[in-house]
Amino acid sequence: MTEWETVIGLEVHCELATATKLFCGCRNAFGDEPNTNVCPVCLGLPGSLPVLNRGAVELAMRLGLALGCEVRPSLFHRKNYFYPDMPKDYQISQYDQPVNVDGVVELADGARIGVERAHLEEDTGKSSHVGGGGRIHEADHSLVDYNRAGVPLVEIVSRPDLRSSEQAKAYVNELRAVLLATGASDARMEEGSMRVDANISVRPVGSSVLGTRCEVKNLNSTRSLARAVDYEARRQIELLSAGEQVLQQTRHWDEADGRTSPLRSKEEAFDYRYFPEPDLVPLSPEPAWQAAVGEALPLLPAARRRRLAAATGAGAASVAMVVERGLDDLVLAALEAGGDPGRLMVHAEHDLAGATGALDATAFAGLTSMEAGGALTATQAKAVLAELVATGGDPEAVAGALGYEALPGEVLAGAVDAAIAANPAAWDRFLAGDAKVAGFFVGQVMKATAGKADGKAVTALLRQRAAS
Amino acid sequence: MSAAVPGSTPLSAARIAAAVRRGERSAVEVVEQHLAVIAEGEPQIHAFNAVMDDQARRAAALVDQRVAAGDDPGPLAGVPLALKDNLCTRGVPTTCSSRILEGWRPPYDATVVTRLVLAGAIPVGKTNLDEFAMGSSTENSAFGPTRNPHDQGRVPGGSSGGSAAAVAAGFAPLALGSDTGGSIRQPAALCGVVGLKPTYGRVSRYGLVAFASSLDQIGPLTSTVADAAVALEVIAGHDPLDSTSVPEPAPRLVSRLDEGVDGLRIGVVTELMGEGIASDVRRRVEAAAEALGAAGAKVDDVSVPAVTYGLSSYYLIAPAEASSNLARYDGVRYGLRVDAPTTAAMNTATRTAGFGDEVKRRIMLGTYALSAGYYDAYYGKAQKVRTLIIRDFATAYESFDLLLAPVSPTTAFPFGAKADPLTMYLSDVCTIPSNLAGDPAVSVPFGAGDDGLPIGVQVLAPALAEATMLRAAIVLEDAMAREVST
Ligand SMILES: [Zn+2]
Repeated sequence: MTEWETVIGLEVHCELATATKLFCGCRNAFGDEPNTNVCPVCLGLPGSLPVLNRGAVELAMRLGLALGCEVRPSLFHRKNYFYPDMPKDYQISQYDQPVNVDGVVELADGARIGVERAHLEEDTGKSSHVGGGGRIHEADHSLVDYNRAGVPLVEIVSRPDLRSSEQAKAYVNELRAVLLATGASDARMEEGSMRVDANISVRPVGSSVLGTRCEVKNLNSTRSLARAVDYEARRQIELLSAGEQVLQQTRHWDEADGRTSPLRSKEEAFDYRYFPEPDLVPLSPEPAWQAAVGEALPLLPAARRRRLAAATGAGAASVAMVVERGLDDLVLAALEAGGDPGRLMVHAEHDLAGATGALDATAFAGLTSMEAGGALTATQAKAVLAELVATGGDPEAVAGALGYEALPGEVLAGAVDAAIAANPAAWDRFLAGDAKVAGFFVGQVMKATAGKADGKAVTALLRQRAAS
Repeated sequence: MSAAVPGSTPLSAARIAAAVRRGERSAVEVVEQHLAVIAEGEPQIHAFNAVMDDQARRAAALVDQRVAAGDDPGPLAGVPLALKDNLCTRGVPTTCSSRILEGWRPPYDATVVTRLVLAGAIPVGKTNLDEFAMGSSTENSAFGPTRNPHDQGRVPGGSSGGSAAAVAAGFAPLALGSDTGGSIRQPAALCGVVGLKPTYGRVSRYGLVAFASSLDQIGPLTSTVADAAVALEVIAGHDPLDSTSVPEPAPRLVSRLDEGVDGLRIGVVTELMGEGIASDVRRRVEAAAEALGAAGAKVDDVSVPAVTYGLSSYYLIAPAEASSNLARYDGVRYGLRVDAPTTAAMNTATRTAGFGDEVKRRIMLGTYALSAGYYDAYYGKAQKVRTLIIRDFATAYESFDLLLAPVSPTTAFPFGAKADPLTMYLSDVCTIPSNLAGDPAVSVPFGAGDDGLPIGVQVLAPALAEATMLRAAIVLEDAMAREVST
């Protein structure tokens, strides 16, 4: 039986977080009263002309440089097709000369996904169809909000380098992290400021030829992306296994039904009649501007992961989680202040999911040192950390206030000896190698010390006594 | 030329403005006088789609108030202005002589309108044109043709036929037109007025309803060369609302008009003097060359080989851009809507009812030229030819300061004479090359043909050399005045 491989390429549209639209001075804002952020230009009124927003170019360049793209002189084209939410009945978009080419998205597991291009274009308005279940064909009438018309977008086109729904999700999450880090977009899929189309094909494992692909639209979350990829791959494998062919199509994902259905075939595809936009001049960002944008880039997620992994020696998954939570700076600062790398990472990964509140790096470092030195048990450390987040302060003081006085060594030893003396039968079993009995003794010591004993220290003492 | 057109006013824009600025004449009086001429002549000529009587009177009163208050209303104070009806005027219907824009009132003024009004000009009406500026006779207007004031059985030319006729008939001393392939210069020639197409980008296109964006340029039609210079100084200069606008201030033109042509090298374009050009037209171009030579210019023949491909290149590029520019007239947001069961059917019904035949023809031609599989052979090839034309002009301008050519192959032709579109397209053979090159050119009245109708000659210049071009134009104007008076 043939083994199949899924091949996925993603086209991600992101609204750029500019103050104004791409070709006019109207506000770029989500959720305003319909048709209030409009003017002759973004309504495409006769006689109006576009003027390129420098801020949008800067954000696009910032994203491009963050993805390691080459930023190039570029040109706008007109993409011609009739649609009521597109005021000019053409979209101004970059076609064969995009501003950013040849980048890469580095995933948390180290996989490098190629980015073919990240180009600028304008968004369309938003139609809503009234009556008939909200589909255009059955609607009683349709309403169009042009507030979104002319909002700047970057379309980021990946190479067909993705191999699973999980990886596709990871790519989108990583891209989102880069968009947020650069401030290029707020990248909210639920508000539509980030929209994903997936090109999906399958091929026999080992083949280097791409199979016939389908483009799936209407993916409103990374969850629907993953579901759609899995569904579509299964559908195509079933077709091919049955000796049938996959038709090149654009397909619509139905979230409720959990399936894709054809929108249009290759033959029905629009002929967009691209030609250079005569109302705009070629765009060639001067080198000094490009350099300034590059220098102002923040440290990006992949670099932060590398930095954290190198400093703590933690595994990829922990590192990814801590960077995703934005806790890497805190961990690194605490490390600098003498904290214990392993314990810092464990707390950052498991105990600091919410805000870090009043916690500072010195306190965080001190906490892990106390823990490492046996002054606090893991459970106590967790409680102290929660208190540090809530109110701040010094970890020793907090531990003291919580009554987590470390037991003096002789008190602990006394308690252990007392427990051995009181339970001779159990001690014999321990000496005979029954390791499970250790738990019993730890419990006895805990009881005797009102929970202040460190379980690991108790076990160590038991072994010591047994060996002597 | 016998300029005795009925009702024509002898006053140029410059003289009106001078009198109004000095308080010797009131703007209200000037406007009333012109409105009276319009009221008398317009029923025969049909230069206007709309006369803006009330707005004009109010604007004139404001100009007079400013003069009374000691302000200077500007270099066009009180000058009646006719605006081609593809220039947006706030609150005033702007139709492009098309049914598809029925009922649409722009919420904004074109940059040129704003600048002219700020200079004291007074819009008196919106002039007729070939629908969306597609044509050379104004016969393609949805609202009926404009008649040539020199012979009402003949066309005024086009597409700015209403603007040319308005100036020729004395309805306004100054009109604006738009020129995509000759649409200012050809009607100016046929109506015996001055018509100037500036360098592409010299004048902001913001508010000009687009026909072919890479070719369209707004310019003045006037009765004198000096008026064209004044008007161009007012409307030229960078506009941040038009990305293709030249990043330079308006040139000084008026103060340089009298510098003469002594020592200028002027070439007569041989490719535009041959077959297809009527002999009386050719003779007037030769006479113009002699006049310029007599004024001290060095005149010689020059070959600009690629101009012969201008027409075929133009009739791919212009329709291609038009097919995209005119897509927005879909019945969704403004203008005409013909209802139908689906959006797509409504689009089709609206466009079928709203556009005339010539517009439909060019949309189809342009759509085809841009289609997948044909782009390289048509649009791509046409752009290459355009590059050749630019190159050949550049070569010619290495040896010459200005070029001379006919404007229209013939004088004004009778209505219906060029019903075949291809015959009509040939009307623009001498004017199209300047649009493709993006260079300025001006049509100057230079006598009459065998039929007694006006003939214009064309002075062409390299990009941004309007000042030099106008120096030659005014020498021709002076020579013509002497020829008539002797
Ligand atoms: Zn706007």
